[in-house]
Amino acid sequence: MCNNDRLFAAISSFDVIIVGSGIVGSACARELADAGLNVAVCEESVVGGGATAAGMGHVAVMDDSDAQFALTNYSQRLWWELAPNLPADAEFSGSGSLWVAADDEEMAEVHRKSTYYSARGVAVDVLDSGGVAKAEPNLRRGLAGGLRLPADAVCYAPAAALFLMRGIPLLRGTVTTLTPTGFELSTGVKVSTGAVVLATGVAAYRLAPELPVYPRKGHLLITDRYPGYLNHQVIELGYLKSAHSHDADSVAFNVQPRVTGQLLIGSSRQLGVADPAVENAMLRRMLARAVEYMPGLETLRGIRAWAGFRAATPDNLPLIGRRPGHPNTFIASGHEGLGISTSLATAKLIADELLNRTSAIPRGPYDPARSFDPHA
Amino acid sequence: MPEIRVDGMAVNAAEGVTVAIALLSAGRNRFRTSLSGEPRAPLCGMGVCMECRVTVDGQPHALACQVVVREGMEVAT
Amino acid sequence: MIVVVGAGPAGIAAALAANECGRAVTVIDENPAPGGQIWRGDADQRWVVRFRNSGIPLLAGARVVWGDPVSRTLLLELPDGARQIEYETLVIATGSRERFLPFPGWTLPGVFGAGGLQALAKSGLPVQGKNIIVAGTGPLLLAVAAYLRGKGANIRLIAEQTPAASLWPFGWNLAKRPAKSLQGLRLAWDLAGVPYVPASWVVSANGEGRLQSVVLNRRGTVVTEECDYLAIGFGLQPSTELATLLVGPDTLVAATGDAELALLEGRAAGYRAAGNVPKAAAMDPDLRRARAFADELDKTFALRDELRHLADADTIVCRCEDVPLGRLEGKDSFRDAKLHTRCGMGPCQGRICGPALNFLFGWPDTSQRPPILPARIGTLLAEDQGLRE
Repeated sequence: MCNNDRLFAAISSFDVIIVGSGIVGSACARELADAGLNVAVCEESVVGGGATAAGMGHVAVMDDSDAQFALTNYSQRLWWELAPNLPADAEFSGSGSLWVAADDEEMAEVHRKSTYYSARGVAVDVLDSGGVAKAEPNLRRGLAGGLRLPADAVCYAPAAALFLMRGIPLLRGTVTTLTPTGFELSTGVKVSTGAVVLATGVAAYRLAPELPVYPRKGHLLITDRYPGYLNHQVIELGYLKSAHSHDADSVAFNVQPRVTGQLLIGSSRQLGVADPAVENAMLRRMLARAVEYMPGLETLRGIRAWAGFRAATPDNLPLIGRRPGHPNTFIASGHEGLGISTSLATAKLIADELLNRTSAIPRGPYDPARSFDPHA
Repeated sequence: MPEIRVDGMAVNAAEGVTVAIALLSAGRNRFRTSLSGEPRAPLCGMGVCMECRVTVDGQPHALACQVVVREGMEVAT
Repeated sequence: MIVVVGAGPAGIAAALAANECGRAVTVIDENPAPGGQIWRGDADQRWVVRFRNSGIPLLAGARVVWGDPVSRTLLLELPDGARQIEYETLVIATGSRERFLPFPGWTLPGVFGAGGLQALAKSGLPVQGKNIIVAGTGPLLLAVAAYLRGKGANIRLIAEQTPAASLWPFGWNLAKRPAKSLQGLRLAWDLAGVPYVPASWVVSANGEGRLQSVVLNRRGTVVTEECDYLAIGFGLQPSTELATLLVGPDTLVAATGDAELALLEGRAAGYRAAGNVPKAAAMDPDLRRARAFADELDKTFALRDELRHLADADTIVCRCEDVPLGRLEGKDSFRDAKLHTRCGMGPCQGRICGPALNFLFGWPDTSQRPPILPARIGTLLAEDQGLRE
């Protein structure tokens, strides 16, 4: 590691510098370094200290769109390949997800998802009311059923980011401007490099204002340790109805078992809020929703609540690829709530484009140059 | 003198004392086992350090230094 | 209504002052009875008696877990439920807790905070015949030793880290304050025959499953002393969590030091809360004197550098998450340590390791998160359940 600006400027031999050391930046750094490039990462604060630390850390497959499925599915495979090498503090746990359906309408969604995933080779189990009660005894009785995805996992992303960064120089500094040949730091130091990968999450617009990335605030609460209380990550299927509406604030029941025995309880989504403070009203709404599904949560002790910002985009897909009009700048941002899940695939796609490799999945849907006009 | 049960064993406690006093008076040194397997007992005595956590009547993470004993209380360390 | 959080000296004085001005006051405290840590179990203490006789309502056994300075509400957790309380003006008199520093063996059962062991003894822990070493720094050690001795404990010695050369001028200053020197004489009488050893500190605590002996640096000589309990205190740390969270125009914070300063600070805050500026202002000279004395105390009992080097790589720093000092190598802030080692991420919310790391590495704790104390999720939902006050 090096903090020294002069040394920083003197090292102009890096092929690529990644700006941002969240899970996405760290994954890009790892992928490019493993491809033989001379890579460094520039970080203004702590490794994995932004949305990577604030988020839940799930490695999930999602199917809002075919493109979202392709990216999450590809990335999850990469996570399972990486899993045996991850250190214990990355807390990777293949506990699986359980989507719960409250009523027949949501049960229809279970069947739709089941068909969709099965057709694409993703293992799923459809559970009836009794099956859900057996899988998660602390859920309220009388739920219609659920869908289990055994391959879904959770991890502690800041530790995973640090692991991915191993051996890669970490340069401390705040990037204020991107230049055609690199970037400039807040200290005035100019750094030149072969290419820049912008992986600053929600702060992407600060350096590339044309990017359609905006903050979506979320709250979480973690409990003390209650080993055995929960077996899967549990998510309500109402999530889909509420989570991706772009105008209203929403909450959804989403609870995760951590390796520590702690429970991580979410989730909330708010647009147009810049204050990072925990909001009582939002937290209460979120916890009330969780207690509706899992009444016993009321007696457990919460030890910490916080809020963070996801990097949202108009079409709920990340921006991965060359920045339009800037041949040496690459964007890896806009992952919203799926940054951990899709980080490893994002890194592959960035490296593929930078090195002119063929990609395992089509890159077009994530191209920062795509049209965001829904009527186009 | 309320009688409480600590890990299934009967312990007589003075009236109105906290679970922490009852356990320490009975010579119990292990209130909880730390993540690395060490025995832990009260440090701060005033509800700050969380070292005296025990399970009281099935509820985990109760602070022994804050909970007053009650006849028949089940304490698990 | 004026709400006072804390029924120690500062809270009692604030409540009485506001009450004297004719204002409605409610006091909240997590303990079952008023008096705070210093007058715990001391029902005859004259301020405690005055408070009880005033008729000011005390909400005892209530922990403030959250609040909102905009709607001016506090969220309280009680043993059997939750409650929300509204205030016009809030006086935060949450006092202090002990500062702890890590050293090998400090996690052994039998190692207590000095104030902690006193609090336990006051609440009924028998110490009769126990061999106790009192160590650390500050006048609290003397008060604790005298109290424990009065309860029949055998105080082996009091190890004060401050060198004798620094203690003499302090003693001289004390002599200039009749009340303080009287207290001092009283303590000296109560502690007659107990070795009070300056320039001495605990190097390690040892034992199988519980404390059996303590290794001390006794004025440069390393000695081993057997004992049942170690009462250790490295000074006080103000409890600022509530004040940090609820900073607002209608919030007054009564800072703390010893009981005398706390009474003055509390009274001044009580007058100000009641809008009686002249009465509060009239206290300025007394407050200045008391604060100057508190500053002198802090300077006299400043922690020596050697205490920064007691812990080795295997010594647990974060007792909740069992993070040893060695794991913090290369970390450059408390947040970095929290994020990458879990240090400070347990249920004490960094209350024990935070101040220690602040002393060891100069790290401020800038990432405090709600709730103020671990709280039942049901408590955090109190408003939704209609438990509003």
